Amino acid sequence: MRDKPVRIALTVLGSVVLAVILTGSALFALRSRGHERSERRELILATTTSVQDSGLLDVLVPLFEERTGYRVKPIAVGTGAALAMAARGEADVVLVHAPEAEREFMAQGYGSERLLVMHNDFVILGPPDDPAGIRGLRSAVDALRKIAAAQATWISRDDGSGTDQLEKRLWREAGLSPKGAPWYITSGQGMGATLTLTDQKRAYTLSDRGTFLAYRGRVDLDVLVEGDPMLLNLYHVITINPARFPEGQINVEGGRAFAQFLVSPEAQQAIAEFGREQFGQPLFVPDAGKAEEQLGR
Amino acid sequence: MDLLWDGLIEAVRLILRADPELRQLVLRSLMVSLTATALAAMVGVPVGVALAIGQFPGRALIQVLVSTGMGLPPVLVGLVVTLFLWRTGPFGALGLLYTPSAMALAQFLVAAPIAAGFTRAALGLLEPDLLAALRVDGAGRLALGWELVRAALPQVLLAVAAAFGRAISEVGASLMVGGNIAGQTRILTTAIVLETGRGNFALAIALGIVLLALAFLVNLALGWSARLPAPAGV
Repeated sequence: MRDKPVRIALTVLGSVVLAVILTGSALFALRSRGHERSERRELILATTTSVQDSGLLDVLVPLFEERTGYRVKPIAVGTGAALAMAARGEADVVLVHAPEAEREFMAQGYGSERLLVMHNDFVILGPPDDPAGIRGLRSAVDALRKIAAAQATWISRDDGSGTDQLEKRLWREAGLSPKGAPWYITSGQGMGATLTLTDQKRAYTLSDRGTFLAYRGRVDLDVLVEGDPMLLNLYHVITINPARFPEGQINVEGGRAFAQFLVSPEAQQAIAEFGREQFGQPLFVPDAGKAEEQLGR
Repeated sequence: MDLLWDGLIEAVRLILRADPELRQLVLRSLMVSLTATALAAMVGVPVGVALAIGQFPGRALIQVLVSTGMGLPPVLVGLVVTLFLWRTGPFGALGLLYTPSAMALAQFLVAAPIAAGFTRAALGLLEPDLLAALRVDGAGRLALGWELVRAALPQVLLAVAAAFGRAISEVGASLMVGGNIAGQTRILTTAIVLETGRGNFALAIALGIVLLALAFLVNLALGWSARLPAPAGV
């Protein structure tokens, strides 16, 4: 009697394996005709949520696919996560916005080429009545000092994203470590969700301008501080150094093609136009070929 | 509150317009979740039957594992499946990451314990006399299990419906293993997350309403098939 359940179990297991194989191969067949060729036609782009949430990827990726025949799998995570994926060889190219972390990534030899693509800027947002009195300040660091002195509620994303990394840097520059203070709240979420939280809590936060523009009208927040060179939001594309990984793991050609595309006149033009229609102003300024130092206003 | 209303109007508009992007999202959601549900039923129902009537070593342990699995956090499943499917992972060579197949696999993992647990519960409610009668009949274990499933067919279909509900509503795992790529792995739930992140709340609500309608229709279909007269002989 005891071997019967075993037989049942084996039958079940067998049918499951069979089902998985059948379904898998069916999906495979649907997915790609001629898999061995399509293998290197696919490339993984690790990037940041701001590029996806703004809708810029929906413009650039189809254009690139049309021009080159590559198929892009854009994975939108925070800059921290995107670089971590790339450092494990799980991406072929990254488009990110945290210069300090990027320089470290390059120093560790994970990247081969790093090109400036575009910029926009960060702004400090807060409630229109501005209890900490930071409106119009020219220095982001001064604004943070005033917010801390007033113990006004501040929302930090605390998710390792490029925005979060800049915020941490600004606090360091201000000589403050607000973590743990009762007025310092961490959302752990993306920019959009954080804006909603900031609005609900009548708090202050650091945001990229693009996401704020997308949320304008839905949140009762004002741009209080802008124009500080420290608030520049620089986007770089980085190709991965194949020498750091086993032969054939990285789609070197695809990654390079995407990086070259982003700095090409056509993509730069598309970036310059993007957002004009929807927001009345472009969300990004194309910067291909410029040096970072030229951008400080 | 006006957003709910806007969402409802937007949903009707999208459906009436037969929006091609929406159609794609719906079809992809259905394909992924129905695949996952079919697999979950194929595994979960037999496991549930075995737990209900079988006496075998490790039964108690499997029971606990199934109960735990019914509350399996999708994000954890997503993360583990991602690690396995990474290029550097054990199954990286299959190239499954960021494909609908990977999403179906992840949804299967969260749905299968639901199918197993509910099936076991359903069979546990059957008359003990029925089991005894079938045993006297001299039915083999497989035949016995089959007869029990037939006897409790409506409840077993409910278990399958619950598994489908889990699969189609799940977002954490699909987001992670699928990557939410437009035109490739974006499904209704991940599109809702994206549109919420973009501040398009009305569109997000509209997609949610479409998702609810879809779940309603599938459950309706399952409910109808449960009403079919049980095959004779039970």
